[in-house]
Amino acid sequence: MSKEETKVKGPNGTSRRDFLRKAGSYTAASLSGTAMLLSDPKPAKATANVSWAEHFQKNYRLMTDEEKKEAVTRLEHRYSEEFGKKVEVDDAPAMDGVLFGYALNIQKCIGCRRCVKACVAENNQSRGENQQIEWIRVLRMEKGKFSAEDRDRQGYPEDYGVQVGGNAYKPAGVVLEGQHYYEPDLVPEKDAFYLPMQCMQCEKPPCVKVCPVRTTYRDPDGIVVIDYNWCIGCRMCIGACPYWARRFNWGEPDLPAQEMNPDTHYLGNRPRMKGVVEKCTFCVQRTRKGRWTACVEVCPVGARKMGNLLDPESDVRKVLASKKVFRLRADLNTYPKFFYFME
Amino acid sequence: MKRFIQFVIDFLRSGFTGGVLFWAWMLFLSFFIMLWGYGEFVQIRDGMIVTGLNDQVSWGFYLANFVFMVGVAAAAVTVVFPAYVYKHRELHRIVVLGEMLAIAAVIMCLLFVTAHMGRPDRLWHIFPVIGIFNWPHAMLTWDVLVLTGYLLLNIVGGFYFLYKKYSDAELNKAFYLSVVYIAIVWALSIHTVTAFLINTMPARPMWFHSMMPIKFITTAFAAGPSLIIIVFLLVRRFTPLKIADEAFHVLSQIVVWCLGIALFLTLSEIVTELYPSTEHSLGLQYLMFGHHGLNSLVPFFWTAMVLMIGGFILLLIPKVRKNLMALPFICIAVFIGIYIEKGVGLMLPGVTPTPIGEFAEYTPSSIEFMVVGGIWAIGFFILTVLIKGASGVLLSEVRYTEKASPSIRGEQTRPATI
Repeated sequence: MSKEETKVKGPNGTSRRDFLRKAGSYTAASLSGTAMLLSDPKPAKATANVSWAEHFQKNYRLMTDEEKKEAVTRLEHRYSEEFGKKVEVDDAPAMDGVLFGYALNIQKCIGCRRCVKACVAENNQSRGENQQIEWIRVLRMEKGKFSAEDRDRQGYPEDYGVQVGGNAYKPAGVVLEGQHYYEPDLVPEKDAFYLPMQCMQCEKPPCVKVCPVRTTYRDPDGIVVIDYNWCIGCRMCIGACPYWARRFNWGEPDLPAQEMNPDTHYLGNRPRMKGVVEKCTFCVQRTRKGRWTACVEVCPVGARKMGNLLDPESDVRKVLASKKVFRLRADLNTYPKFFYFME
Repeated sequence: MKRFIQFVIDFLRSGFTGGVLFWAWMLFLSFFIMLWGYGEFVQIRDGMIVTGLNDQVSWGFYLANFVFMVGVAAAAVTVVFPAYVYKHRELHRIVVLGEMLAIAAVIMCLLFVTAHMGRPDRLWHIFPVIGIFNWPHAMLTWDVLVLTGYLLLNIVGGFYFLYKKYSDAELNKAFYLSVVYIAIVWALSIHTVTAFLINTMPARPMWFHSMMPIKFITTAFAAGPSLIIIVFLLVRRFTPLKIADEAFHVLSQIVVWCLGIALFLTLSEIVTELYPSTEHSLGLQYLMFGHHGLNSLVPFFWTAMVLMIGGFILLLIPKVRKNLMALPFICIAVFIGIYIEKGVGLMLPGVTPTPIGEFAEYTPSSIEFMVVGGIWAIGFFILTVLIKGASGVLLSEVRYTEKASPSIRGEQTRPATI
């Protein structure tokens, strides 16, 4: 408290200015309280100090180097203030001679979802009750099995509709071939195998084609990125993605300050705002510095491999050369750079 | 220029003049427009989380209404086309009312799209020059182009005609007719492109078929004229403007044939999808029969079918079709049937199941109902003003005089009640 304020302290030890300020905030509080009663209470705290410059900045890809630096510094200041720690926003461009690819061993995956958790922690996804965003979905696939008791009298599972995959006997609300809501005490389960899915970083991404404002695009290293500040939230990309890889921030993301990962990239894991789309970026903030993605790093069974497709010595190229490999929805000609393999 | 300003003032004055019934109607609409304002406010403040949409069903009620309204907008052509191409005299007299309907419908479309957007504050990102317009790659940019183009064509065509009539001047036929003919072709394009918007995504198998554009157009040309018939009957009832019975006969014939083709296409789709019953037909199956107890769409689908088929059969009977007392009720039934079939009945099974096969039920939230209801109210509000103003001009009640004060003079002595 400054000297001047000490002088006008009232009898209760509160300064006049303090009192006025408090009174003012009470009034404001009761006013906003009324407003809250009239509507859903949810103050947009994260958008409060977004500067005009941020509102009117260009599409990231069209910015000059200076403008990029400006945008990045602006964000670093805002995030540091908001999360109470030094936040770094990287703007590293794609490296020359690199094309990222990914390979996942479905034989090894035990469905523990450590990759999901690590991804959420690394990439600053929204968490909590209101809005939970996960970029990786682990599907629990039922192993092929046949049980005579499970048949109905006609020998055909009529009540459950058309027999599809191993899942025709399951009740409503779950997926066809697999489902991602499993919660066993122990993994792996005896009667299941697991198929994690995330953004496939397609070479011909349908999401990029349909984006009306080119906010999502394929960078030269093959990663499909999003400029969150340019996205208009039309969700065309969500409709076009055959892998259900894209997530929308329905509300203001819920990212506790102490859990926030301060090592961010402009096109990657920097905190997002409501109304924009996000998805896996192969941890662009890590991979462009020569590190593994969080999911590769955390996988306890080594099911996840990634590397430079242009480098014959990389893990992913070795997998492609020596294992049985397949891609999802290859019929759609999206050319995913996310491969599944078996020994 | 002074004359043009005078025209705008007189037009609006005529549009906003009316009796108790008129003001009651406008007040009624204003109530819903206020709800729209509130709904949009909450949605912009808190995000789309206030809607019933979710990761599984990320396109819903807003886009359903959008798709339907594009059809209604395009259907103005059902008045314009016979009037100019077949030189239908009765429709020719009132063709401008069809254009007014198109203007209101396109404005509604744009409002529905804005409501669907997660970041309406960034709408400028899509504007050419100041933003990035991903044309010709993104189908949405095509849709923006054809919709705004259609809006402009109708504003230019409709108001040019009205302005000339207002100032008692000769139409420049070459200019006016080229606008009209371009608008006719353009009307088909808006609905075709809207169909392309959703049927070019193999990730959504229910939409992924080449029948979509023609089905859109036929349903549009059934629902649109149905609405036009109702509006014209109201115009005839509440304004001195005379619309001959024959105009209604033409329109109801268009409704019945387009409805017939639409039903045929629907049936073809059902057979094609359900006979082999591949996974790709699960959306349609979900719509028609539900899925393991998730059957919130089932009653809507069958209601739509009953309304459409019933309407078709009734309209096939010339006696019923030409009965202008029964016609509006059949038209309402057809309109509602197509609104369901082409709205939620198309949008929701398209995104259900998700690409990984998950079924999720979606119910629009109260905010979504407020916004959608409000946009409909805005549409009717604009339509009422435009139709009243236009019929004033057509009746020569609203005409240019050299005096500074506007003059309302007409052959009719009966004051307009709506």
